[in-house]
Amino acid sequence: MIANFMAWIEKRLPLMDAMNKHAAQYPAPKNFNFWYVFGILASVVLVNQILTGIWLTMSYEPTGEGAFASIEYIMRDVDYGWLLRYMHSTGASAFFIVVYMHMFRGMMYGSYQKPRELLWIFGMFIFLVLMAEAFMGYLLPWGNMSYWGAQVIISLFGAIPIIGDDLTLWIRGDYVISGATLNRFFALHVIAMPLVLVILVFLHILALHEVGSNNPEGTDIKKKKGSVKPEELSKFTFHKQYSEKYDIVDAIPFHPYYTVKDLVAVVLFLIGFSWVLFFAPEGGGYFIEAPNFEPANNLKTPEHIVPVWYFGPFFTILRVVPDKLLGMITMFAAIGALFALPWFDRGTVKSLRFRSKAHMINLTQFAICFIALGILGTLPGTDLANNIGRVATLGYFGFFVAIWFYSKNEKTKPVPERVSG
Amino acid sequence: MNKFIRAFTFGIFALVPMLTLASSGGVHLDKAGNDLTDKESLKRGFESYINYCLGCHQLQYQRYGRTFADLGISDADGVANFMYTGEKVGDHITNTMPAKEAAKWFGSTPPDLTLEARLRSPDWIYTYLRSFYLDPSRPFGVNNTVFKDVGMPHVLQSLQGVRTMDEHGKLSEATGGSMTAEEYDAFARDLANFLEYTAEPSKLEREAMGYWVIGFLCIFLIFAYLLKVEYWKDVH
Repeated sequence: MIANFMAWIEKRLPLMDAMNKHAAQYPAPKNFNFWYVFGILASVVLVNQILTGIWLTMSYEPTGEGAFASIEYIMRDVDYGWLLRYMHSTGASAFFIVVYMHMFRGMMYGSYQKPRELLWIFGMFIFLVLMAEAFMGYLLPWGNMSYWGAQVIISLFGAIPIIGDDLTLWIRGDYVISGATLNRFFALHVIAMPLVLVILVFLHILALHEVGSNNPEGTDIKKKKGSVKPEELSKFTFHKQYSEKYDIVDAIPFHPYYTVKDLVAVVLFLIGFSWVLFFAPEGGGYFIEAPNFEPANNLKTPEHIVPVWYFGPFFTILRVVPDKLLGMITMFAAIGALFALPWFDRGTVKSLRFRSKAHMINLTQFAICFIALGILGTLPGTDLANNIGRVATLGYFGFFVAIWFYSKNEKTKPVPERVSG
Repeated sequence: MNKFIRAFTFGIFALVPMLTLASSGGVHLDKAGNDLTDKESLKRGFESYINYCLGCHQLQYQRYGRTFADLGISDADGVANFMYTGEKVGDHITNTMPAKEAAKWFGSTPPDLTLEARLRSPDWIYTYLRSFYLDPSRPFGVNNTVFKDVGMPHVLQSLQGVRTMDEHGKLSEATGGSMTAEEYDAFARDLANFLEYTAEPSKLEREAMGYWVIGFLCIFLIFAYLLKVEYWKDVH
């Protein structure tokens, strides 16, 4: 009976086939390490954000008059409202932590290189939409930092020549940030951006499964059909979409092997996540900033207007450039450079393990500069801070310039034919 | 890979002192040492709040009924002894001071204090309440070392007494109050404690739940790990 029903469905919509193709018979390299868990963790956080977001929306009031009080209503009067709210606010920061790790993984192992350029581009669009989503979401509690953070960032667009002022007016829907801005940010935050985000994540995974997963050694697990001796082929069954085109070596089906392995990672992540959620939901003032515990007030500026930590790197790049318009251009260039990374890197060896010393140094300095920019973004912009920020900004952009030069004729180590780990 | 981790760690350690230099410090705050599980302290803080603070500062997000329940006060006792505003126990703790008029009287409307302990901190409240000193240049004759040129008069002066500031910026011991310094500190601690409670009434419940959730996850981790090992026997 059930078998017949399943067969009936399968004929009309091949669900089982899709499950096999993308999970139970998807060939994943067997040597994934610690850095490969962040994609799954990002999906877990995405689901968390969507579910808690839906429930928060049930009690949240998107008006300038009622927003702040409705958050406190959720925190006090809604059953487990505080839990939902903290899951959502902690989730926002967790999202960026795992996404930054995920991106850095891609940089370390060259996961953006041919043939995965489009996969990387989709990922970058996810990052961009995520930043927009977080930025708009941060206005919704209607705290004073929400208000002034949004005020500062939106006013940046005013630096664009000719259309600047009209553009900021159009974004805000008012001459200052107001209830009108809050309403539209609410609409974008709960409908438009999540919808785009989910579609992009879907495309990101489809693109991944089309070209196949990279691995810490950057070797190819799909060999030319007929080039591998039968006894060396992976002993597992893979979907014909993959196995008919290639000889697959050193791979295991994503499900159950990586699902059970990722489950361990998910539980470890949840332990850390719960620790913040239950014992330090303000994240030391970085996840929920103290000035956000007073309502938005257009006459009272917080002492230091700094964005939430995850915007820190890009905010610092913006701030250390003395000219507002140039600062904005530099900031967008910093994101643009990441988009173009597959073309800045002209190398063919993917993994850091087999690349040159120059690359090792370059990537290390990039990571340090990025973290320095992030920390500086949460501090007041003193002269010293800005000067350190300028050096770090040079390091950030220097990474892309340097990689373009050395990657063409890079002295690399031989990449093994087969996965060794 | 190890080289990378070493270089990276070195870089981060070199970075931290530089960045610390780049940040600035704030006002010194005394530790309140308050305790949210001390219900008697919370009750005293609540009572003091009603008597001394509520006239000007609302707790507009906090309800009487919730406060009674959380502090172990019966509704009948609460309505009789704590509820001078509002009609029902479900009402928020508000006052009737007109906000616009108040702004004229004090320079700005006395803020709502429900979330003050999260906006600043319990230690800030504790220190602030103890840091008023005589300053004839101010409209109410007092200033505050924690909140410079604050618009608020020292409404607790009859309890604490007056302090003066010498030319080095050091405050004298308080004189002329009805409380000793220790009693006044305890009074301020109770208020800070109560305001930490109103800032997040679910804090104790949150922490209690946290132990269970993390405990469960730790046990689940063992099984998840064993499951992984079992499956991966096929791979190795």
